[in-house]
This record gives sequence, structure tokens and C-alpha cells, in this order.
Amino acid sequence: MTGGQPLLSVEQLTREFDALVAVGGISLNVLPEERRAIIGPNGAGKTTLFNVITGHLEASRGRILFEGRPITGLPPHAVARRGISRSFQLTNLFPRLDVRENLRLAVAAIEPGSYNLLGSGSVRRSAQFDRATQVAEAVGLAERLRMPAGSLSYGEQRQLEVGVALATQPRLLLLDEPTAGMSPEETERMTRMLERLPRSVTLLIIEHDMDVVSSLADRVSVLHYGEVLTEGTFDEVKADPRVFEVYLGGA
Amino acid sequence: MTRGPVPERSASGAFGVLAFAAIVILLAVFPFFSGAYPVKLLQEILIWGLFAMSLDLLMGYAGMVSFGHSAFFGVGGYVAAMLLTKTAPGLTSALIVPALAAGVSALVIGFFSIRVSGVYFIMLTLAFSQMFYAVAFQAAWLGAEDGIVGVPRPAIWGVSLAPPLSFHLYLVALFALVAIGLWRVVRSPFGHVIVGIHDNEARMQAVGYPVNRYKILAFVVAGVIAGLAGALYAQFVGSITPDAFLWTTSGEVLLMVIIGGTRTLGGAVLGAAAFILLQSLVSSYTERWMLILGVTFIVFVLFAPGGIVGALRGRIGVRA
Repeated sequence: MTGGQPLLSVEQLTREFDALVAVGGISLNVLPEERRAIIGPNGAGKTTLFNVITGHLEASRGRILFEGRPITGLPPHAVARRGISRSFQLTNLFPRLDVRENLRLAVAAIEPGSYNLLGSGSVRRSAQFDRATQVAEAVGLAERLRMPAGSLSYGEQRQLEVGVALATQPRLLLLDEPTAGMSPEETERMTRMLERLPRSVTLLIIEHDMDVVSSLADRVSVLHYGEVLTEGTFDEVKADPRVFEVYLGGA
Repeated sequence: MTRGPVPERSASGAFGVLAFAAIVILLAVFPFFSGAYPVKLLQEILIWGLFAMSLDLLMGYAGMVSFGHSAFFGVGGYVAAMLLTKTAPGLTSALIVPALAAGVSALVIGFFSIRVSGVYFIMLTLAFSQMFYAVAFQAAWLGAEDGIVGVPRPAIWGVSLAPPLSFHLYLVALFALVAIGLWRVVRSPFGHVIVGIHDNEARMQAVGYPVNRYKILAFVVAGVIAGLAGALYAQFVGSITPDAFLWTTSGEVLLMVIIGGTRTLGGAVLGAAAFILLQSLVSSYTERWMLILGVTFIVFVLFAPGGIVGALRGRIGVRA
């Protein structure tokens, strides 16, 4: 990794819910092509941080820059169109649509032509199906293309969750606990899949499984009570006694 | 299975086109084989079928259950009635301006209503339609509670639609055109987007769709077609009353869509047919038409939640 302008820059970001400070003045820089993990005990503000970055929640104070441009206060669809995509902690798919259509809708989101009322859009559509099929292969769902998302196994739904986020061709991909609730085998498969993603997709990943963090992340940020406790490589962070304390204290 | 391999699709597509053409021809020649009363019933079914299809676009495809769809039916009906009685009765006054007026109403009502969902959307759309009802009921220039009577049938491109047969062909032609149009809309890129919004609005937003714009557009398209149906209704009956705006009008079209089966378009027309035929049949024997309707509705919700189309397909879940 080289220096230079960060892809994502979070400056003194604060989000309060009445008296509760969920995110309290977080500053964070993520470089292009970096793979950054965010860890911390429950209630540390990890998902709230994601929600503010993607516009699902408004910031109380502070600023977010993506590729040097402010995105603070933009609605979720506008953030997505800038090139930031996310997966959700709780599976958030199109349950009645098949796997291919789940992915195609995400592919088509960034393309023009979706206000076309009377045409079939068939040329663009078949290109979108091709792209959806590629993404399905990347997330290991090539055999499930025509199955409704709601009928997939839990692990497969988690794979599709990442696939839908990936299908919009983001430059920054935010993954909120992609392995949550997965069996060890499914976690292993998900980790491999994420490792295989092209480096051009910068990753910001909330994860509790330290094996996943150690094998994926270049750097780790530790959040505690809405603040950045420390930041560094996995080994640096692991050796930090404060991190040990936070996890033990929180347990 | 809507999208099979290419040869299969074009084969079933060709079959569909032939079947549709056959139905349209049968509808068109119906008056030659039947008395005046069945023709009236058929015309009523065509008009309400258009109205029901427009609601199915909203409910079945976009997932927006409106309980105020009568607003657009009424606007179309009133605008057509006013223009036809006061100006030269042509294409513009009979169809174009009424449909546009309904579309503008849908833009305004939609702008406020789509901000909420579920039961709040139902209540808000209902409130707007009742406001329209109150205005129509009070306003002297709209004929107040008597509405507008003596609406003449228009002449289009020099052809008078006063003779029963030409009016019938006009209805069938419009029905066919709108049905084709809606069939295309639900298969267009836009149609797929609104189905995605129906399934998971939040995720559509998260992947980059400004969902409110699509919902407004769906609301306006549905409003335009409901307005067209209202305009045709005013020409069919020869009058329009404030009841067109009443919540029972919204309720009836909602029942038609549910009885027929949502997200099929064709189901909405079958629902309209079932509703109108049942009404005419039952009301000739008893005055307790609403009771029979209520029981029918309960039976459908309990035993055929997919409506007539769902029951015909054997089981629900085959669509999608």
C-alpha cells in the first residue's frame, strides 16, 4: 500500500440518539485498495458508523469524504451511486425474486434506462444478466441462478447478500458481519471468497471472527464506546493490552 | 417461468399474441351474437377491467395498496363530462385531457402519499379521495350532488360514437391498447424496478435506486389509466355523480383485483368480470347483493388467496 489521498475519509464523525452517543467523534482514513477491518464489542458503534456513511442515518456532526468529495447527508441511493456499496448484518435480499434477478437489479441500479416504461430493454438486459451471472460465480451461487432468494440456505443467502453489494461494481464495499451466524465451513468459504475479490474493490468490514480478520485485513480499527481505541495491523492491535481489556471487560 | 430459453419464449409469445388477438376479436363481434343487456355488461366489464388493471399495477407490481384509487377515476369522469357537455366532443375532450388531469392529480396525491407506506398509505390515499368527493358533492359548478348529466358520446376523427356498435368498438379498441401498453410496462426495465421495490424497498434504495421517483411514476401511470377508465365510464353511462369519488368505488376496484388475483393484469379483468356478473345475477334475485359479495370475498381470501388466476394455476407461488 502506498500513501496518497484516502479513498474514504471520516472526520470527527458523531451520531447521537438523544442522550446516547453511538458514534462519538470518529476519524478514519481508508486508502484505495486497502482492506480494513473494524472490530469492537457490541454497542461500540460499528453498524451506526456504517449507517451514517451510507446515508441510512444522518450525522449529528462531522464530515465524510469519498474520493475527496463530501458525501455527508446524501440519501442512501446517492451514496450508492457515488461508488459505495454495502451488505447488511441481517440478510436484506429480494426474497421472492430469483438469485439472478437479485443480482441483475443491483447491476442495473447504476445503469441508465431504468425509467424505460414501454421498451423491453432487452439488449441492456441480457448484458446485465451476463454480469449477474459473473457475480453469482464470484460468490459461489452459479448453481442457484434461478432459485428464489428466499429458498436458499442461510449460508447461501449470506453469500448473495455480499453478491448484491458487489454487483453494483463499487469502489468501496462495506460489509457488515458477512459471516454472522455462519457455520465454520460457511465462514471458511466466505473468507476465501472475499480474499479472491479484486484489489480494486476497497473493503471496509465489520467482523467478530478474529480468524477472518487476521486473514483478510491489512489494518484493523478497534472501536469502543463510539470512539477509535486504536488502529494498526492485526498483530499490533492484538498485542495492545487495551484491546484485550475491552474485549474481556465487554464479555 | 416467464423467461425460458429463446425458442421456447418466442413460441409461447406467439401463442400469447394469437390468444390475445382472438379474445379482442371475440369482444369486438360480441354484439352481433347477443342482446343489448349482455353487451352493456361486457362494456361495463371492459371499463372496470381497465380501472382494475391500473390498480393492479400499483398493488400487485409496485406493492402500493391504494384505497383512494377512485380519485383518478372520478377526475377522469368529471373532466370528460364537463368537456364533452361544454366543448366540441372529440378525442381531446373525451380522452386526452381527462387522462392528463388524472395524471396531474396522481402526481400531487402521490407526492404526499408515497412518503408513507402500509396502513398510512392506505389512509392517506383514502383521505385524498374523500376530499375530492366532498368537493364534487358541494361544488355547484360540478353539479353538486346531482353531478353532470347528459354527457354526449364524442366523435373521433369524424366518426360519431353515438351508434351503439361504434361505441362498442371504441371501447374494445381502447381496452386492447391499454392492455398491451400495461403488458409492456410490467415487462419493461421500469416494471422490473417496481417489482424489486415491492419485494424490498430499502435494499433497492441501498443499491442506488431513488425509489420515490419510481413509486411516483407508477402512481401517475396508474392514475392516468384510472382517469381514462373514468372518462369512458362517463361516456358509457352518459353522466357522472360524486359517487365516482366515493370510497366504495375504491373498495370495489380493490375487491376486483383481489378476487381476480394480483400481479397478473389479466386477473384484474377476470375479477372485474366476476364482480359485475355476480352483481347483475344476484341483484336480480335479491336485494342483499352486498351480503353475497361479502361472503364471496371472504371465501376467496380464505380459500383462494391467489384469486381466480391463482386458483386456475392450481397453487400459489407458481407466478413470480
